[in-house]
Amino acid sequence: MPDFHPQINADGKLTHLLSITGLPREILLKILDTASSFLGLADREVKKVPLLRGKSVFNLFFENSTRTRTTFEIAAKRLSADVINLDINRSSASKGETLLDTIDNLCAMHANMFVVRHAESGAACLIAEHLRRMGHDDIHVVNAGDGRHAHPTQALLDMYTIRHFKKDFAPLAVAVVGDILHSRVARSNIAALTALGVREIRIIGPKTLLPPELPRMNVRVHHDMREGLRDCDVVIMLRLQNERMNGALLPSAREYFKCYGLTPEKLALAKPDAIVMHPGPMNRGVEIDSFVADGPQAVILDQVTFGIAVRMAVLSILAGN
Amino acid sequence: MNITIKNARVVDPRNRIDRVADIFISDGRIAASAAAGQEIDASGLVACPGLIDLCARPGDLATDLAAAVAGGVTTLVSPPNLNPVLDEPERVERLTKQAESLRLARLLPLGALTRKLAGEQLSELAILAKAGCVAFSQGQSPVMDTGALLHAFEYAATFDFPLWMRPQDYYLSRNGFAHNGAVSGRLGLTGIPVSAETVALATLLTLATDTGVRLHLCCLSSAAGMAMVARAKADGLPVSCHVGAHHLHFSESAIGFFDTAARLDPPLRSEDDRVALREGVRAGLAAICSDHTPLARDDKLMPFGSAKPGATGLELLLPLALRWGMEMGLSLPDILAPLTNLPAAILGRDDSGHLGVGASADICLFDPDANWHVLPENLQSSSKHTPFAGQAVVGQVKKTLVGGEVVFSV
Repeated sequence: MPDFHPQINADGKLTHLLSITGLPREILLKILDTASSFLGLADREVKKVPLLRGKSVFNLFFENSTRTRTTFEIAAKRLSADVINLDINRSSASKGETLLDTIDNLCAMHANMFVVRHAESGAACLIAEHLRRMGHDDIHVVNAGDGRHAHPTQALLDMYTIRHFKKDFAPLAVAVVGDILHSRVARSNIAALTALGVREIRIIGPKTLLPPELPRMNVRVHHDMREGLRDCDVVIMLRLQNERMNGALLPSAREYFKCYGLTPEKLALAKPDAIVMHPGPMNRGVEIDSFVADGPQAVILDQVTFGIAVRMAVLSILAGN
Repeated sequence: MNITIKNARVVDPRNRIDRVADIFISDGRIAASAAAGQEIDASGLVACPGLIDLCARPGDLATDLAAAVAGGVTTLVSPPNLNPVLDEPERVERLTKQAESLRLARLLPLGALTRKLAGEQLSELAILAKAGCVAFSQGQSPVMDTGALLHAFEYAATFDFPLWMRPQDYYLSRNGFAHNGAVSGRLGLTGIPVSAETVALATLLTLATDTGVRLHLCCLSSAAGMAMVARAKADGLPVSCHVGAHHLHFSESAIGFFDTAARLDPPLRSEDDRVALREGVRAGLAAICSDHTPLARDDKLMPFGSAKPGATGLELLLPLALRWGMEMGLSLPDILAPLTNLPAAILGRDDSGHLGVGASADICLFDPDANWHVLPENLQSSSKHTPFAGQAVVGQVKKTLVGGEVVFSV
């Protein structure tokens, strides 16, 4: 078992972004502050800064993604990096040795950064550990989502969004609703909200979609969505994968929507100025009603915009800026 | 060939012996008195019955039987899920002949309870027993149909063949990689709940009660499971069990940041479970096995869920048991009992697992104070993956005798 922290070096500097868990509050705030400084860039005529000029950023997407990949690509390009997108066929990549072989080959092409999306929990950690073993301490890994484990840049952009609309984390009650068990977004968000010190984290969902040991994570669990939403400041809805309907986890999309879908009527129980977030892509009519998704309290598209600034911040901090 | 082992600290758990003495060997057996022949000076060494490992799956037979004797293991029981599966008498005979010809450790095969371990049609148990199978098992494969399982128990009970079963419910464990708990929750790894073990145990113990079969439960992993076995024994059921040595030392936290060396089957469970397993062994409820698993170099170099479960174990069994025993404050006879006397009793062997006159001269000579580092590249087994890599352990085997012959010596 490695006794070092896999993403922070001996000087306390971020070397990879693999997970929110274990990151000190100062690093999270530094990323959010850096993202703020990049946000105005989009309004300028020339949207680029030269912070990553001459660096090669490899987008390694072993699992499909549109939004995350695109926003990482835009972020890297605005930092003037050379961006190489690799869509790696799922079947050939599911064998692990192929994964590390791929990494070795890309290292030989003088990659500076890997942005990795993979269907298996721990894939980004495996790559970071492999780079360490091979002596590539100058190559950085950004986890763009690994299995059910973590999606740290999503959590960071969610925190950015919350701070943008609510200013201070301390007084907030934040509800995370839906399929927590299978959600890397939920895991990373719970870790980030805990590190940033919100007053209360509420987890809402049926017992089939909640992981074990949630009580140890300093959260309050609700199975009744109305009770869970009462007077909260932020509602984070999670995507419900269609395949969850096939087994014994849930009876139907209809029943799920009835119990755990966010409708205007349920949202009315939250504070009047509560914001509604969703990592996308949304299933309208399954976890969220269109009136809410398109309504005044939804900040879902702001999340996407902030996502670019947050990813720029992560890439530039990892590159040593 | 006669051998006298001189000045050893003789530790024989079954006969409650722990004193410096000489051991006399004649015609492959422990003798009452010396006869002219070879002398081995064992000053400073412990001489104990050769270790009996109730669960070790050999990969390459010659390599792993050499690894066994290097670890002081003189008898190992192999589950039937080898390649090919041990469901045909010819395969069993070929394997045991090959093992015998190597003149290293003794190999006792478990026969496949069902053909191809598919859990449907019974294997030819009586014929397989004649071919050398000491008991029958499904390895890690399930019998999904509980009706078929009942028939298998009834048929085995007909001939008084023992059944060695892994208590793991198929549906509750099939997609999981780790204990369903704090670590799997944090890392987003699909969990295997303790109920996978207890549900299966409830079925197995009920069927054993109803059929009278002699049941041995393999590789327990949980406190709840150990408590069920303890209760069944207290109720007079002819039931026994073993636990893997790794489970005495590690809990789920060994996974850390996805360390695939800590991916085991059954999974490493919570700290409370680990403590209960350690207590269960101390109480004499369970033997300790290596659960040695053949693994190739690349088998762990992948994301946690794709990595193969298991670890090397034959050469670590003794030091891991010594570490457990010393941490528990036990005497050497009590530490060695779950590696010698108890497994021999589980196997129903009267002539091994002890050093009484007439017993087979299967002996392990080890230095109880020697420190060594677990360096995978230095292990004899071709299976190198271990969560103990890099750790210092105490207890080093110096000589191993099987049937009165020195088969390992450093």
